[in-house]
Amino acid sequence: MISAVIVFPGINRETDMMQALEATTGTKPVAVWHAETELPPVDLVVVPGGFSYGDYLRCGAIAARSPIMNDVRAKAARGLKILGVCNGFQILTEAGLLPGALIRNAGLRFVCRQVKLRVENTRTFFTNRLNQGDVVRCPIAHGEGNYVCDEETLSSLEGEGRVVFRYVEGNPNGATNDIAGIVNKTGNVIGMMPHPENMIEPLHGATDCRPLFESLLAA
Amino acid sequence: MTQAPIKITPQLVKEHGLKPDEYDRFVKLIGREPTITELGIVSAMWNEHCSYKSSKKWLKTLPTTGKRVIQGPGENAGVIDIGDGDAIVFKMESHNHPSFIEPYQGSATGVGGILRDVFTMGARPIAALNALRFGAPEHPRTRHLVSGVVAGIGGYGNSFGVPTVGGEVNFHPRYNGNILVNAMAVGLARTDGIFYSKATGVGLPVVYLGAKTGRDGIHGATMASAEFDDKAEEKRPTVQVGDPFTEKCLLEACLELMASGAVIAIQDMGAAGLTCSAVEMGAKGDLGIDLDLDKVPCREEGMTAYEMMLSESQERMLMVLRPEKEKEAEAIFRKWGLDFAIVGYTTDTLRFRISHQGELKADLPIKELGDQAPEYDRPWTEPAQPAFIDPDTIPTPNDLKPAILKILGSPDMCSRRWVWEQYDHLIQSNTAQIPGGDAAVVRIAGKKAIAVTTDVTPRYVEADPFEGGKQAVAECWRNLTSVGAEPIALTDNLNFGNPERPEIMGQFVKAIAGIREACLALNFPVVSGNVSLYNETNGQAILPTPAIGGVGLLPDLSVMATIAFKAAGDSIVLIGGHGSHIGQSIYLREILGREEGAPPPVDLGRERRHGDFVRKIIRARKVTAVHDISDGGLAQCLAEMALASGTLGAEIALDAHAPHIALFAEDQARYVVTCTAEGARALVEEAWDAGIAAEQIGEVAAAGGLIVWPGASISHEELRNAHEGWFPGFMGVNPA
Repeated sequence: MISAVIVFPGINRETDMMQALEATTGTKPVAVWHAETELPPVDLVVVPGGFSYGDYLRCGAIAARSPIMNDVRAKAARGLKILGVCNGFQILTEAGLLPGALIRNAGLRFVCRQVKLRVENTRTFFTNRLNQGDVVRCPIAHGEGNYVCDEETLSSLEGEGRVVFRYVEGNPNGATNDIAGIVNKTGNVIGMMPHPENMIEPLHGATDCRPLFESLLAA
Repeated sequence: MTQAPIKITPQLVKEHGLKPDEYDRFVKLIGREPTITELGIVSAMWNEHCSYKSSKKWLKTLPTTGKRVIQGPGENAGVIDIGDGDAIVFKMESHNHPSFIEPYQGSATGVGGILRDVFTMGARPIAALNALRFGAPEHPRTRHLVSGVVAGIGGYGNSFGVPTVGGEVNFHPRYNGNILVNAMAVGLARTDGIFYSKATGVGLPVVYLGAKTGRDGIHGATMASAEFDDKAEEKRPTVQVGDPFTEKCLLEACLELMASGAVIAIQDMGAAGLTCSAVEMGAKGDLGIDLDLDKVPCREEGMTAYEMMLSESQERMLMVLRPEKEKEAEAIFRKWGLDFAIVGYTTDTLRFRISHQGELKADLPIKELGDQAPEYDRPWTEPAQPAFIDPDTIPTPNDLKPAILKILGSPDMCSRRWVWEQYDHLIQSNTAQIPGGDAAVVRIAGKKAIAVTTDVTPRYVEADPFEGGKQAVAECWRNLTSVGAEPIALTDNLNFGNPERPEIMGQFVKAIAGIREACLALNFPVVSGNVSLYNETNGQAILPTPAIGGVGLLPDLSVMATIAFKAAGDSIVLIGGHGSHIGQSIYLREILGREEGAPPPVDLGRERRHGDFVRKIIRARKVTAVHDISDGGLAQCLAEMALASGTLGAEIALDAHAPHIALFAEDQARYVVTCTAEGARALVEEAWDAGIAAEQIGEVAAAGGLIVWPGASISHEELRNAHEGWFPGFMGVNPA
């Protein structure tokens, strides 16, 4: 399982993600600079967290228009697996790869805390090692994680089981229907606000998110 | 030399913060009347903030060396050796005045400035902390300031990508008109990869890197060296605006450039921007610097030499580069979208020469700008000795429970979760202890980690500057010890009032003497620091606040201690005996409304003995939880241990004669530890054999909460509501 992690200026969780991918899949990922125009041959592309372009203009908006994103879009259309975490999720929505948008947290403040996520869909490449309804602890760290979308999109997400993760025991950002992560119609693009890469070893206080990464090996 | 178009009048000199005799000294030094640009330069170099003219004499008395010290004070940050070729680079610095005027940008640029100090030396920042003091909660501006400062710190640090892992927040009316924002940054470098500001070699390019220069922050350092009055708001234009995105790019570009071997010397542009950085690089290397301001990347049109030399625009660096690596260096900076311009050259003239639009705007002796800055031995008076408060005069309350809960939920003692949840404390994946414990712990590699904390108890320093100075260092050392770390070195941020007042200077002198004594006794040297004076508004000085930021080494994370109770039935052992000092305690202030008396004295021999013992038993895996006793005494300590566990509680028995003194006394050098019931007896005996008072006072209870015999039974929920309730309530938090 070879993965690529895309690095935009201002991205700052790429190291966390690369270490987590290596620790869980056994293979060191390739870092791809945003100015590249073609992805290397990989099984998975991860758009990591951070503040690409300082979140100026609108979070994810500038990065979504980076040269490399054209190839990401093209290969996503051909079924390449894409995972966006936090700012990565925001970038994927801005790039049109996932529906909806992430707006300011309802509390208007940045929030870094451990939350609980219920796994709602275990048929994805990032959740196939978990059981439906499993609850995992996972940290969040964002100021704009409030997921919103129009009614039609929402009913399609819910109706087609495309909500992958839902906040339980408290919604930290006001997200619609407690949505923490979603998958696209074809099942190859996932976006989530929480940071599973920060919950995979005892030092992190728990290893609840290890099975998510281990799912990549089975996919 | 072209005739200066602006006449230097006594009024103009005064507006630059120079005293008449200081100006005369400068005129004598250069042998003529200065140009306006030169006046600006000297005002920047000779103000209190940059020259340490009132504090230098006393700072020199602090111990700054040790077997692990690679670089003491005098560089951008201190450097210590933590083995295996790893070095920790750290410093704390104040951004008090700007944060009071514009809390978001003031605190954000405070964080940006200190991060830059650390990565300028070749270190990647791995932790940030902050020590914050605000006015009384009921003061009309306090909420606005808390909200803005916390958001600013988070806004910068989160975006930059450094975990903000610890710090302090206090409230006191004496900070009503002058809050304190002290930011600390900690970085990791290789011992053979440290970069310094000393330039070497003549005729080498001086390169400007980073963001463009604008008119923001002009005279920031001068502002930081003046008292406030009611017109402080009018100084808003001197506050700089932070851009954490550019700083993140600057970090990556600088580290990449350093790895390429192109960098000879590097200095960040902090206070007094281009002026201080250029003078520093030249003076340290015994070189002159010629700058051509036409080459400086500017954000605004028509900037004068004066403005460019005094701008404090953020996210800028000055470097001396190897000429053969110039192209490679430029490519790295272009890749990160940053400005890169050769703005001058090193010379052998020892002159600092500034030209702009074909005119020589300044021609000054470079070394004298720093070396010949005024240095004062300001008069000071011995602080009055506060009276010891006899604990027998403090009546036992009828009911201990409301007192415990009131303290637990008071502004200074309640949970700071509302604050630290706005800081990304997990990024980089190495945070082994998040905020809320005695010290934060950050993994370096493998099993090795560092512990970091900031501490000072300003009310103690106010009552007795010498004992308070000792206590600040001792508490920092104790907090590092409590997680199992060996304290290595510290950075200090000395916040005081107007040094021209002998009683304030007395506080400063005695606090430094206390810090010095504690540093020596605890083998805990000072490797960097910052002095912030003139923290006064309308003649009212802040509480003297020498914040101490400490770094300790934890060779093996698997023996790290935390404050949380671990298992019901564990024995609770008090190390250091019951206390009797109630003067300056939280109990006296919060329950009896009295801020008075002598603070608890610090017996440094005892402190060392007790701390070394606690560290030893942690490392021998004989304890299951450790928490030091400080503000609020034993009651607060036990409540925090219970709350951190989530569900467990404590059941303890106390002497019925004066349970309130035992619960709330703030005597120093004390810890609460827990161990298995079977191990308790041996542990207590081991302590006594080492000459340390120790006794089992109770046990960890499955039913959470705090039960004190005699007198109080408090449920876990009551503890939690009291502790977690105040801050969100105060800030008017809406859900989610």
